Amino acid sequence: MCTYSTEKFDVTASSGKGPQGWFPLRTATVYYDHPVHAPQDHTVNIDFLNPEQGPAARVAVELSLDAARDLLAALQATVERARHH
Amino acid sequence: MRHDAVLAETIGIRGTDDDEIEAYTARPLDGGRRGGVVVIHHMPGYDWGTKEIVRRFAVWGYNAICMNLYSREAPGADPDDAAATARAQGGVPDARFVGDAAGAARWLRSLPTSNGKLGTIGFCSGGRQAFLSALELDVQAAVDCYGAFVVGTPPEGFPLQVQPLADRTAELRAPLLGLFGNEDAHPSPDQVDELEKLLQTHGKDYEFHRYDDAGHAFFSVDRPAYRVAAALDGWQRVRAFFGKHLDGE
Repeated sequence: MCTYSTEKFDVTASSGKGPQGWFPLRTATVYYDHPVHAPQDHTVNIDFLNPEQGPAARVAVELSLDAARDLLAALQATVERARHH
Repeated sequence: MRHDAVLAETIGIRGTDDDEIEAYTARPLDGGRRGGVVVIHHMPGYDWGTKEIVRRFAVWGYNAICMNLYSREAPGADPDDAAATARAQGGVPDARFVGDAAGAARWLRSLPTSNGKLGTIGFCSGGRQAFLSALELDVQAAVDCYGAFVVGTPPEGFPLQVQPLADRTAELRAPLLGLFGNEDAHPSPDQVDELEKLLQTHGKDYEFHRYDDAGHAFFSVDRPAYRVAAALDGWQRVRAFFGKHLDGE
């Protein structure tokens, strides 16, 4: 399956660390498609990007569905917790 | 003993709007006129595996080239970074692809060893673009390896710039070889059936092969999707198809 399907959103007030060090994030894409490296047919892939700084300004992960579900739950719990801070 | 020497190199060619785009070419060095093959990379980009495919065609006796369709978004970038950038920007517009492929075709035909015959072959998103190339360009053969959205409409809100091509099947200008995995969802077996019916309806010269125990990207040797039996048979089909349509003076 080559899903092409891509969720994309703007990212503000956030940073990522890539090969050249820290940089401000501008965009994120989330998609279920073939990984480059993970040992799975398909993975949930997330790219955090800063197009102004070029293609290498990228923080990328390829997550198995289990890992993606765990991340989702962890994010949910953490964001909920943050509301009470 | 056969000489068997091949020259492989990165070059610049002129694509859409006369832009210079990066391309990887491999050509046999034993002289003689021969056909040319335009290789269209998969959505993950102009990567090591795709360059390996270009060299394969040169070893088989063809002048081969693959243009980096992400040259503009991400010149000089790692293939995975380039693919991520292109995806975030909505992918490759069809018109721009056609202009770039036309540039690759011009370059191949300009070679002193060209016999004037050209084939295209594409994988994944490139499979759809191979079909598109056979609608738009003067090619003598086209190979669609599991291209999605030749038929079937992308879902609503879909951010990439792809539209189905099924309604243009009557315009197909070249024989088509299609290679598909029965476990693929994009294109699904039903969509492959639909495309086959359209080709029959319009009296087109085509040849489809479908493989059990194979899904999308079964030619990708360095991915878990690789399926030995499907890939071996598929490469034989490709070689026979190009031999039939591209060989000769």
